Amino acid sequence: MARALSAGVLGEIGRLRGLYARSQSALLPALHAAQDEVGYLSEGAMQDVADALGLPLSEVTSVATFYSMFFTEPVGRHKIRVCTNLSCYLNGSEPVLDHLCRRLGIRPGETTPDGRVLVEVAECLSACDEAPVLLADADRHGRLTPAAVDELLGRLE
Amino acid sequence: MAELLLTKYLGQPGREAIDAYLATGGYQAATRALTELAPEGIVEMVEASGLRGRGGAGFPTGRKWKLTPKREGEVRYLVVNADEGEPGTFKDRTLIEGDPHQILEGMLITAFANQVHQAYIYLRGEFFLGYERLRRALRDAYARGYAGKNILGTGFDLEIVIHRGAGAYICGEETALLESLEGRRGFPRLKPPYYPAIRGLYDLPTVLNNAETMAHIPHILRLGPDGYKAYGPPILYSVSGHVTRPGVKELPIGTPLSAIIFEHAGGVRQGRTVKAVFPGGSSSALLTAEHLETPADFEPLAKLGSMLGSSAIIVMDDTACIPAVIRRTVEFYRDESCGKCTPCREGTVWLSQILDRILHGTGRMEDLDLLDGIARNMTGTCFCPLGESVPPSLRASLTYFRDEYVHHVETGACGIAPAAVGGARA
Repeated sequence: MARALSAGVLGEIGRLRGLYARSQSALLPALHAAQDEVGYLSEGAMQDVADALGLPLSEVTSVATFYSMFFTEPVGRHKIRVCTNLSCYLNGSEPVLDHLCRRLGIRPGETTPDGRVLVEVAECLSACDEAPVLLADADRHGRLTPAAVDELLGRLE
Repeated sequence: MAELLLTKYLGQPGREAIDAYLATGGYQAATRALTELAPEGIVEMVEASGLRGRGGAGFPTGRKWKLTPKREGEVRYLVVNADEGEPGTFKDRTLIEGDPHQILEGMLITAFANQVHQAYIYLRGEFFLGYERLRRALRDAYARGYAGKNILGTGFDLEIVIHRGAGAYICGEETALLESLEGRRGFPRLKPPYYPAIRGLYDLPTVLNNAETMAHIPHILRLGPDGYKAYGPPILYSVSGHVTRPGVKELPIGTPLSAIIFEHAGGVRQGRTVKAVFPGGSSSALLTAEHLETPADFEPLAKLGSMLGSSAIIVMDDTACIPAVIRRTVEFYRDESCGKCTPCREGTVWLSQILDRILHGTGRMEDLDLLDGIARNMTGTCFCPLGESVPPSLRASLTYFRDEYVHHVETGACGIAPAAVGGARA
């Protein structure tokens, strides 16, 4: 059967396994590596991870669905996570989130129909000094305004 | 103002490069520890410093180390909790991004003091920048012989692995963190018997400390316990919300809330007044303007029924609607509840439904007692601190800001002018 993960990622999972006394400890790092390659955790990707770590697929699925950063369905190429927790809420995160969703025509938790952007509500991103804050993929943007959101969207291909 | 210890070099760009850290005396404390001091002596120094864990519970660090059994031939682990996520808290992320070697040096000293040879940093998954900086710092530490085999030629070995989380607030709870590090769902473990010091990672003795705690260790070694204590001892307050200069403030522990808010964080906007404060993240009981002269320290805040927790001070001015603030915190715990125990799983849902009804103008006066009753029933009955974090702020808000709930129920509307978009700095 064809593998969902490349030899490179499978090799990386083998390396990760060596960092721990028990191979299941490598599960979260392995799922990160798999998702980085495929874009989400397809059943094939999770099966490959299960095989590489000697775990049942049910265990891998159970763990993958517990953590909010793992996706078991295809999602947008870009992931925007908007913090709406207290300090951001007090500093205007709701208008920012509303503006973002209106611009993209989607609701929080949804991906644009062209598959470009996923918008999610994030819990406290530990950057309350820059409130309101969002993460666009790996980049943090703070002191957001609707205008800053427009500018950011213009830069995401 | 006294010299800063932990945050002195945070503004320096490229601080994750080891040469920048070495140039300011970095790794000298670890070098002295490994070449001149006995492990037991270091434990004594840390205990004498009075350092209390900075993750929220405030357990004395030296005592925790002493509780970790050091049996010949048995593997021990060091696990650093860098899964910061308590709303309002951003000191660990700031240290990780701004001076990561300080944490690694603290880990090296801690590992030597506890004779540990394998360490893990459980890093919050969303800390992408922190991961890059920490990874770079760790690579440098290995390259220069401050991690790995035969460190500084002393024969002491320490492997350090950065382990990224994947989005789960509950994993900041230490036993849930260990479950997650073992590759499972982040469900907390029962205490006893699962105190990490005794039965931690893979059921083996584990020194589990917060990231900021690690950053204090090199300074304790460098200055000695008394020299370190002369700085306060120092603590990092994360100050945010309706203040004009939010940020991480390194101050002597016990600085009054009013000084932290007005002198160090710029106070609230012109023409506004402080209405309420969370002194220790959203898990701490809400305080009011009446309480601002209280020293931000463990005991004084506990006396008020609140807590220092992770020392995250969230300030609300008179534009904040307290029932709406409380709903936001309850929704957070509802969404992050792991679902293992009933009081937390169900209680948070019930509370948010009732708060929704009150804020939508369809609340009933008896809902106030209902909220309080559910909160009381969650107190002391939840499996872990997550569920226990919900009642304090809710119940304090019902005491101090009851009139706001009553106003919503009686009029169906909010009596508070909404905050302007752009918030405190607008």
